Amino acid sequence: MSTTVSSSKPGKPQPGGKGPDTRAAAVSAKPVTWKTPVLLTAFGLVALVFFGLLAPTQTASFGISTGSDFFQLPAVEVNAFAGGLVLSILLLGLSGYAVYLKTKDRHVPGWLTVAFIVLFTAAFLIWVVGGARTPSISLAGLIAGSVTLAVPLVFGSLSGVLCERVGVVNIAIEGQLLGGAFTAAIVASVTQNPLIGLLAAAVAGAVVSMVLALFSIKYLVNQIIVGVVLNVLVSGVTGFLFSTVMQEDSDRFNSPPGLDAIEIPVLSGIPIIGPILFRQSLVGYLMYIAVLVVWVGLFKTRWGLRVRAVGEHPQAADTLGINVNATRFWNVTLGGAVAGIGGSFFTLVAIDSFTKEISGGRGFIALAALIFGRWNPIGAFFAALLFGFADNLQSIVTIIGTPVPSQFMAMLPYLVTVLAVAGLVGKSRGPAASGIPYVKG
Amino acid sequence: MPEKHPPKHAANEPAGNAQEATSADESTAAVVSVDTAGGAMEPSAVPATAQSGQLPGGPDTLLRRIFTGSGMVSVLAVLLALIIGGLLIASTDERVATAAGYFLARPTDFLTAVWDAATRSYLALFQGSVFNPRGNSVAAQFAPFMETLTIATPLITAGLGVALAFRAGLFNIGAQGQIIVAGILAAWVGFALHLPLGLHLLLVLVAGIIGGAFWGGLVGLLKARTGAHEVILTIMFNYIALYFLRYLLNTPAFQRPGEANPISPILDPTAVYPQIFGTQYRLHLGFLLAIAATVVVWWLLNRSTVGFEFRAVGANPKAAQTAGINVSRSTILVMALAGGLAGMSGVAQVAGTEKVLTDGVAATYGFDAITVALLGRSTPWGTFAAGLLFGAFRAGAVQMQIQTGTPIDIVLVVQSLIVLFIAAPPLVRAIFGLNPRRRKPARAARSREAATTGGAA
Repeated sequence: MSTTVSSSKPGKPQPGGKGPDTRAAAVSAKPVTWKTPVLLTAFGLVALVFFGLLAPTQTASFGISTGSDFFQLPAVEVNAFAGGLVLSILLLGLSGYAVYLKTKDRHVPGWLTVAFIVLFTAAFLIWVVGGARTPSISLAGLIAGSVTLAVPLVFGSLSGVLCERVGVVNIAIEGQLLGGAFTAAIVASVTQNPLIGLLAAAVAGAVVSMVLALFSIKYLVNQIIVGVVLNVLVSGVTGFLFSTVMQEDSDRFNSPPGLDAIEIPVLSGIPIIGPILFRQSLVGYLMYIAVLVVWVGLFKTRWGLRVRAVGEHPQAADTLGINVNATRFWNVTLGGAVAGIGGSFFTLVAIDSFTKEISGGRGFIALAALIFGRWNPIGAFFAALLFGFADNLQSIVTIIGTPVPSQFMAMLPYLVTVLAVAGLVGKSRGPAASGIPYVKG
Repeated sequence: MPEKHPPKHAANEPAGNAQEATSADESTAAVVSVDTAGGAMEPSAVPATAQSGQLPGGPDTLLRRIFTGSGMVSVLAVLLALIIGGLLIASTDERVATAAGYFLARPTDFLTAVWDAATRSYLALFQGSVFNPRGNSVAAQFAPFMETLTIATPLITAGLGVALAFRAGLFNIGAQGQIIVAGILAAWVGFALHLPLGLHLLLVLVAGIIGGAFWGGLVGLLKARTGAHEVILTIMFNYIALYFLRYLLNTPAFQRPGEANPISPILDPTAVYPQIFGTQYRLHLGFLLAIAATVVVWWLLNRSTVGFEFRAVGANPKAAQTAGINVSRSTILVMALAGGLAGMSGVAQVAGTEKVLTDGVAATYGFDAITVALLGRSTPWGTFAAGLLFGAFRAGAVQMQIQTGTPIDIVLVVQSLIVLFIAAPPLVRAIFGLNPRRRKPARAARSREAATTGGAA
């Protein structure tokens, strides 16, 4: 996925009528486009009309503390109309600043986009909750649930980061998650030990990845083709074995013991961040560790430098004595293992048995998170959190009864991704050699 | 080996000529470097092999492209996939497990059990998809084949859409969403409007094609304007279309009156495809349209200026732009056409097979279409043949599950294995020991050398 580049077609007027002038070219290599300012302004106006002017007049209430916290905070109450108006004016302010920057031929800084997304999400939340039948939700529950739902996404997108940074496009994340989930369930059931199940899930993900690596590196088959086909293959194999083996004797083969949440005393009682950081299952803690390890590994170690060199310019890396294809093979395998652990989350933590297609397309969302997060482990982590948040919000707003049809809430992550790849992350680009097989000589 | 055969359409396949003379391995490497200009630029989404519809080193005549493109390898790939599928079936068979218990005492029992388990399932698959000798009339005996053609219809048209996009270097994962949007529009015209016979069906078809073309064209537009990757876009558009359909099926405009389930009213009799071989078969006019679509796509790709532009863009977008081809326009147009073709599948579903709109309107046809196009090597007639094959798998799998209890999922396994093996001819040749000796060892030695020297040599 290396072509998410903001392209301004030469010889074409920019949307908005202003062509890049010579001064812009002097300031930066890439011309400043109207895309981001226009998008932000459009969203600001949407916020103003819907979340501000057309907002319900109820008071939205957001619970912060849960019963198990060691000190209690009062719930935050916001008048939906006033809150929406204030936030949407702030949003318009931000988009106005973006437009101002554009007139000065300067890029919109990253913090502005992030701040915009956060404020927009807040305004949206106030609007949704304010219009609900029972205008009150637990913010702590919402955030904790988001992190839970994001766990497989984070692992999946880390797998994508590891593969794409080394120059192999990994569309097979879905298959790796599914393979991990299946293997974790069956191995943990047979051995009655969730830790062995977790380990087996990593192996299963790695095996799926090895097939990807073998076909794309040795046989030079297009990486996207292998990825797409592997998803079908894993879905077929796990579905087949589920119907023939697991359903025949589900007590023996499909009742894995779960990984329970491990609570860290005192710290887990901190409101909001307590449950998400200090009351997680083993897989949850592994997620935080994995994000940090991959980030440090990729950007602070010799190994990471080599990996990135192979992903950016394999010829140069080869010239310097790095074995390009071996590096690729083992990194892709490692990525698969990471995704496999993410898959075990489905059967060892979230649900206590395997069902067909249990990963339900989350591998593709992980792929989107990877791009949204700009091929960076930390970025991918936050992007995955955003998607987890949207996922969780959807089920919560269905319960509290909001005017927005739940199908549109479910659609939200995908719409956001389209906007992200089409506009907001337009500046970012993937590793240069991602998707290109390396043939020596 | 196929290199001997002279290319019949050499003039139409300029990219192919250079590859004919080279050996398979060299041409694989050549393809990669053609694709990336020696690594200096990004590759298009689809390798040049898939775009030109050619195997490395393969000839390019029409007949050979359908069955024998690199015929031996294709047949062996299918065989290999069936063998692995058979082993998977046998591995979960009870009699096999019993026989394995005394394998050392009587190994023949075990092998017989394996053979029986696999062949029983595949025989049921064949009887469910081609010919059922137990039917009490000729019509009933060929009913499975008619069912195969019925199921192949949406696979062929959607597969053509995917294949067309491949040829222009675009990876269209979005057939699923395009089928859904086409289904929505076609179904609405079918049950909400009441028009005279003929005109009504025509409008249903047009609405479906426009729906698919819109959904596909939107991806093309976004890609051309913003540079966003079409793989991500199409995957996301699939989900957006699905949730939009689910929303619509809960609105009064689409939900059948007096029905709690998300299901649309039945389409008017004037809005559905006539059944071409009488009412005892589900086979409908859509199949003939699928044949027509195959002819049109073949003409478009091989005989028209637009098709030449598509292939040029697919082979090398930068060169195409330099040569004066409007790459943006080609991208938008090819995605719209691909969407329109997938839209025909949506129409075949709502106006042919199902006659109502549900949220399962696209089933998995959109995803299967990708494997169909890959197996068909992105050529129109190859895709047609692959569509028939996968249609047969789908139709037969139902019968197989009823008769032998083998889950339908085995079809997914066999399908994906076929595509994997066909995409990697060297692997298949190696497994069957067909690799020409003069090429393979030289290459292996080189890579071993590279491994030992860390690539520095």
